[in-house]
Amino acid sequence: MIEFSKPAIEYAELWPLLLVFGLGCIGVLIEAFLPRGSRHHVQLGVALVGTVAAFVGVVLIGTGLEDHGEASGSIVAEGAFAVDGPTVFIWGLLLLIAAAGLLLFAERKLEGGLSAFAGQAAALPGTEAEREASTRGLDHTEVFPLMMFAVSGMMIFAAANDLLTLFVGLEVLSLPLYLLSGLARRRRLLSQEAALKYFLLGAFSSGFVIYGIALVYGYAGTMGYAGIYEAIANTTGNRAMLLIGLGLISVGLLFKVGAVPFQAWTPDVYQGAPTQVTAFMAAATKVAAFAAMMRLFYVAFGSERWSWEPMLWLIAILSMVVGAILAVAQSDIKRMLAYSSITHTGFLITGLIGIKAVGEAGDGQITATQSVLFYLVTYAFMTLGAFAIVSLVRDSGGEATHLSRWAGLGKESPLVAAAFSLFLLGFAGIPLTAGFSGKWAVFASAMSGGAWPVVVVAVLTSALAAFFYIRVIVLMYFAEPQGPGPSVTLPSLLTSTTIGVAVLATIVLGVMPGPVLDLAAHAGEFIR
Amino acid sequence: MSTEPYILLSAILFTIGSVGVLVRRNAIVVFMCIELMLNASNLALVTFAKANGNLDGQIAAFFVMVVAAAEVVVGLAIIMTIFRTRRSASVDDASLLKY
Repeated sequence: MIEFSKPAIEYAELWPLLLVFGLGCIGVLIEAFLPRGSRHHVQLGVALVGTVAAFVGVVLIGTGLEDHGEASGSIVAEGAFAVDGPTVFIWGLLLLIAAAGLLLFAERKLEGGLSAFAGQAAALPGTEAEREASTRGLDHTEVFPLMMFAVSGMMIFAAANDLLTLFVGLEVLSLPLYLLSGLARRRRLLSQEAALKYFLLGAFSSGFVIYGIALVYGYAGTMGYAGIYEAIANTTGNRAMLLIGLGLISVGLLFKVGAVPFQAWTPDVYQGAPTQVTAFMAAATKVAAFAAMMRLFYVAFGSERWSWEPMLWLIAILSMVVGAILAVAQSDIKRMLAYSSITHTGFLITGLIGIKAVGEAGDGQITATQSVLFYLVTYAFMTLGAFAIVSLVRDSGGEATHLSRWAGLGKESPLVAAAFSLFLLGFAGIPLTAGFSGKWAVFASAMSGGAWPVVVVAVLTSALAAFFYIRVIVLMYFAEPQGPGPSVTLPSLLTSTTIGVAVLATIVLGVMPGPVLDLAAHAGEFIR
Repeated sequence: MSTEPYILLSAILFTIGSVGVLVRRNAIVVFMCIELMLNASNLALVTFAKANGNLDGQIAAFFVMVVAAAEVVVGLAIIMTIFRTRRSASVDDASLLKY
């Protein structure tokens, strides 16, 4: 008979995570008990205040982390979570993205007083019921609690310190996103199709993850990352099981970040989902999944580096090349940005295979963790801003996402075109934008880690990628508009704030990357 | 007790599930195949728990069941919506998004 004892939960370190999860639950209660008219404002207010409170909490936890030399922080909840420097950094970033995402979700000016989400998801497209829902001004305010659940899943995912927590976090972050992708007000068939594809492929990949977890557990005899590290270092067990398990878990994580060859869902889902959801999802999922991937590879499989590093070399090269080549051929702005996000996944993996620990890095050299954390910050803000602008360029049928509709935008709305050009230049990695400092960081880390072939490919694909970004800029400024031309709907303060913050972040991180790089360096390494 | 037959069975079930996802057309059947993959993992987890002599794997199996139930709720809702719109649950018919 095995004795059970009460687990110790360190609420002092975990409360921001629990708070965000609680916000999701409160949101469900608001949905159930408040009259329809007041839900939108209450939901937004509660979620926003809660997110800001959680952010303050994360900052406080970050300043009070225990110092252990290279890493700082502690392992909490009986080994389920690690609250260390990188965790706190990622949590803070996720909560900022969540706040920006909330502002975008709450935007009601673009659809003339209605949100971007379906009035009634159950009403069939093109029926009387749908028109009635629209004329009665119905809104799905469930999107706010769904987003809070997704954010709490991401926070779990980023802090997971054993394989089971990793799996639970993966599912808690994915399930709300499947639903959110299917809730668009316009082009509902595309949106539903995106949800179906995302769901089936996402569930398929999580099946691989859990089988991989089972095999690694069978090899190591434990789910904890530290235990797996010990087992790999000492054991003489069945290595085939370990390697197959490692491969299967990697499939799931690489699927979530949209790396080639697991990228097939990315363009479809990015295009079909409501643009506000795409903005949030593109930024936040990548942040959380890269945090989880780094912790898994560095902490649990750190002593197995020689078997996963070649795999990541190959996947980084494939992601950059395939993403850049296919992006050139796109005629839809959202699809083009989706393929560009696949390229950026490749750049992020390039950073991930750089030098591992502070100890191995020379003076002034940038470590892999530091470079990836910094790149995630730059990428997140540029993505949020770019998709927020996509939601503004509209015609009578909703968003005008076809590239030809963007011709002549520079004359129509110089400000929006200028901001979008800035984000595109940032994606391309032009100096004095955030993208340049991010790219510099990951390339420097990969170079000093000896991955110079990957860096060569990365530089070449950056040049190729610059072509299709600059093509859009040329289109906006130098092409004559076709037909009635594009029109920019003036957003309310909510979307404008998000775009403003993103523009500011893109410029500041490009001109003065120092403070955020220091912060990433201060986060230190992953704790064991 | 030898645990190998159970691992072998779970690997066979997992393979049937993943091949099913790739070859079947009906979204519901695809989804059932995914559930089969999750249950194959459950069998592996429980067997490894027995082999390793600790309870981690059995607890994980409970979590996988909860996750599978949550996935059914979300997944069937999505498949239902698309079936009502298109009058078809075939994954080949939903093909507006491409290239």
